[in-house]
Amino acid sequence: MGVNLNVHTRKQKLRCGSSSKLAMLSLMLGVALLLQHGVGAVEFTFDLADNAEDCFYEQIKRNTSAYFEFQVSAGGQLDVDVVLKNPEGQVIYKLDRATFDSHQFVAETTGVYSACFSNQFSTFSHKIVYVDFQVGEEPALPGVDEHATVLTQMETSSQAIHKGLNDILDAQTHHRLRESQGRKRADELNQRVMVWSSLETAAIVFIGLAQILVLRNFFTDRKPSQAHYGRL
Amino acid sequence: MHKQLIWLSLLLCTLHSACGLYFHISETERKCFIEEVPDETTVIVNYKVELYDPRSNGFMPSSPGIGMHVEVRDSDDKVILSRVYSSQGRISFTSHTPGEHVICMFSNSTAWFSGAQLRVHLDIQVGEHAIDYANVAQKEKLTELQLRIRQLLDQVEQITKEQNYQRYREERFRHTSESTNSRVLWWSLAQTVVLLCMGFWQMRHLKSFFEAKKLV
Repeated sequence: MGVNLNVHTRKQKLRCGSSSKLAMLSLMLGVALLLQHGVGAVEFTFDLADNAEDCFYEQIKRNTSAYFEFQVSAGGQLDVDVVLKNPEGQVIYKLDRATFDSHQFVAETTGVYSACFSNQFSTFSHKIVYVDFQVGEEPALPGVDEHATVLTQMETSSQAIHKGLNDILDAQTHHRLRESQGRKRADELNQRVMVWSSLETAAIVFIGLAQILVLRNFFTDRKPSQAHYGRL
Repeated sequence: MHKQLIWLSLLLCTLHSACGLYFHISETERKCFIEEVPDETTVIVNYKVELYDPRSNGFMPSSPGIGMHVEVRDSDDKVILSRVYSSQGRISFTSHTPGEHVICMFSNSTAWFSGAQLRVHLDIQVGEHAIDYANVAQKEKLTELQLRIRQLLDQVEQITKEQNYQRYREERFRHTSESTNSRVLWWSLAQTVVLLCMGFWQMRHLKSFFEAKKLV
């Protein structure tokens, strides 16, 4: 990756050779990019308040592939508005009221890409959103993936196993979130059944008593003089 | 030119930090992240806070005055960690109970600064992602292949932990569903009884009422 960047800087230098300012800028940019560790994969879950919008930003280099995934695991109808924007502020990916999706893209320009989650359509339910944002390839194991010689069969298969295990971990994460969706729904249902049944029991007793009182009123109203002397 | 250089050096400093992702919060705001982890799993959080600088219209790369209060709670809402760190920090904790761990961050700002924006760079690594293999290779003097096998072993271990945790959660899920089921069953029985009693009492009451009124 470092080699590619150097070439890129050199090309830029050639192109704007006359302007030393630009050359210096591009050189500094090249240095800055080299200093950066380059790759970042971060996954986290956050609480999106009702009526709120939360944005996350990430610096992505040109021609780096990035993978973005989100999943709403609790709250309301499990939906959220998602917008991905490039450094120029153009929308590169947009989804309204979505529960789960992933998007892979290649950065066309170096700069800060933003991912915004909006819950502005929902006035009272807050959401729990899982985000997985991977930029670039997974960092190589020191000394393992770097050497130039042809890989032995052992190395190739160990690499394949590593990739497979990564897939398993991803699938597990996905299922864990699905399970937590289901579990939270079930907890909610349990709670609701409890509250509803207590309310309905109260309602039955109340209606029963009210019926009697109303009926008694019907028959006592006709003879108001007797009402106070009735046995009941 | 000068301005651009300042901007670039700022960019350079920003880029140099290990964390790629960042977000903005106001100084008095509290931001929480949830990590659902199996037990005995290490979680590493790296963060760096930058204060908004109105003069350069950017963010100061280092803000010595700003500290971050970090609080970690486990699934039973018990505080595992609650401490004030400086503007840059690395927190690591190991979960002892499986479940949702909530990591909350808020600045220790005083009223003097309130309202200013903070930029927080954040990186959260869980389980085998948190292992620094360069370090491991150096310390244990492993060959390339040994290191790879080591990584595979860590991954398999992580998968096993996750599966054990899944089993535990499935048990809880089933428990909840069974509870709902029994509540619905018992309540429908109780409701029938209540309805019958109510109807019986109403009839008896009305009958004696009408008899007293000499309507029947």
